[in-house]
Amino acid sequence: MKASTGKANEWFLSLPSLMWLLILFLLPTLLIFAITFKPPDQFGGFAPGWTLHTVESLAQPNYPAIIWRTIYLSILTTVVCILMATPVGYVIARSRGKWRQILLLLVIVPFWTSFLVRIFAWKVLLHPDGAIKQALLACHIVSTDTSLLYNSGSVLLVMVYNFLPFAILPIYAAAAKFDFRLVEAAQDLGAHKFQSFMRVFIPGIWRGLITAVLMVFIPALGSYVIPDIVGGPSGEMIGNKIAQRVFVDRNLPHASGLSAFLTVAVLIPMTLVMVMQKRKQKAEPLIEEDA
Amino acid sequence: MRRSKLPLIVTAFVILFFYLPVFVLVVNSFNAARFGGAWEGFTLAWYAKLFHHREIWASVRNTLIIAISATALSVVIGTTAALALHRYQSRLQQYHYLLIYTPLVIPEILMGIGLLLFFVAIGVPLGLFTIFLAHVTFCISYVAMVVLGRLQNFDFSVVEAALDLGADLPTVAWRILIPLLSPGIISGALLAFTLSIDDFVISFFVAGPGSTTLPIRIYSMIKHGSPPLINALSTILLVVTFLAVLISQNFMEEEQ
Repeated sequence: MKASTGKANEWFLSLPSLMWLLILFLLPTLLIFAITFKPPDQFGGFAPGWTLHTVESLAQPNYPAIIWRTIYLSILTTVVCILMATPVGYVIARSRGKWRQILLLLVIVPFWTSFLVRIFAWKVLLHPDGAIKQALLACHIVSTDTSLLYNSGSVLLVMVYNFLPFAILPIYAAAAKFDFRLVEAAQDLGAHKFQSFMRVFIPGIWRGLITAVLMVFIPALGSYVIPDIVGGPSGEMIGNKIAQRVFVDRNLPHASGLSAFLTVAVLIPMTLVMVMQKRKQKAEPLIEEDA
Repeated sequence: MRRSKLPLIVTAFVILFFYLPVFVLVVNSFNAARFGGAWEGFTLAWYAKLFHHREIWASVRNTLIIAISATALSVVIGTTAALALHRYQSRLQQYHYLLIYTPLVIPEILMGIGLLLFFVAIGVPLGLFTIFLAHVTFCISYVAMVVLGRLQNFDFSVVEAALDLGADLPTVAWRILIPLLSPGIISGALLAFTLSIDDFVISFFVAGPGSTTLPIRIYSMIKHGSPPLINALSTILLVVTFLAVLISQNFMEEEQ
């Protein structure tokens, strides 16, 4: 009796979210794969029947370059973010009381601005008439015809800017739980500063590092607005191509084909990490909920 | 203790890096120059122009309608989900957790295109309603995670005691669960509200004619419009968010 009401309560509590996400998350994700094999119709939808036409047209010669750029920009963004976030997380975790609160707030506050506004602010800064170009010109570091905007470099810069807090917070959360006496012990035993940092601190916060890598790398792969606003044609990523297929030539099957590819690209690192986590430590949530 | 100065230097640099664009943006909103390369005098003209921009106010209205309704529904669904995840350790909850967790990590563009395909496939006309459905979808996960975090130190024996003493489920929910969980529910709601107001990518994919939200309006202004107007709008948004967070922080501290 008790057990069956327990089961009923469990279903009662789980059903709303389960149904909502099955219909509006899982089903749409599966549709991405299904509609890849549908022919487009002339009204921007898809016609009945099945075809391999989209899959064949994905072998377009300009796609490999864009896919390669998407992958290397995402990897570079992740590497730069981790290299910058690790010392910052370390400093915040080592500071005490009020300072820790202030530093955390300093990291979070700029990201209370709207996502689009932050990217726009960089567009203004990097613009030929903008502050950075003028300052560099005044110091004779660049010539008048160097463009700071609309290339892979500007995309990388703005991606790092945008994703850096997502690397800092999990690294900080892991570092806050780290016992810094271990570093002191290592140094007392003769390790120098860098050695104790790399061989004691870094392994001690590996969970935070892995979360940080995922939180940066996966959204970076799907970037669309950043390359759209500061990238130009030479900074395009897969996300831009998906958006163009949807908004410019309204070919939903083609957009689905590209999205299906992106989905697979995203699932690979996710499953890898999940398997790794399962092996290292059993069933603990990946994200620090208090981060 | 021997400590390196390098981490401190990196931290100072990162904080400078974080504030540079925001600072330039706020300053430029008062700059008479159009692209802000040089200071051409103080002006409030951009704010005045903004005030008379009817399309912006229409998009603010749409944004608020969606944010309020999506927050309301996702708080209910997200909270029940968190209760289920916390209370039961079954096979079902493992899949449930996966289903709640995955939308948090996958890129927004994939959720956007998936929902667009779904709405086109079943023939729902795109508009405010489809944006609402999309926002509830991603907000559920965030609310569930926040409430789940707060549940870690929640004592369920109170609920069992009430049930043993003959209270029915609605009474338990209304008189015990909701009051005790309110700090978690409120922070979940605030997060959902903020995310809904700020969402561009997913909204852009499932928006239709006449359902322009504020981020969609800002995007088209970035693409075609006047930069100083966006600076002014961003500064106002920054002040509003800052005040909202300040108020909610005070409120939260009182709760604890």
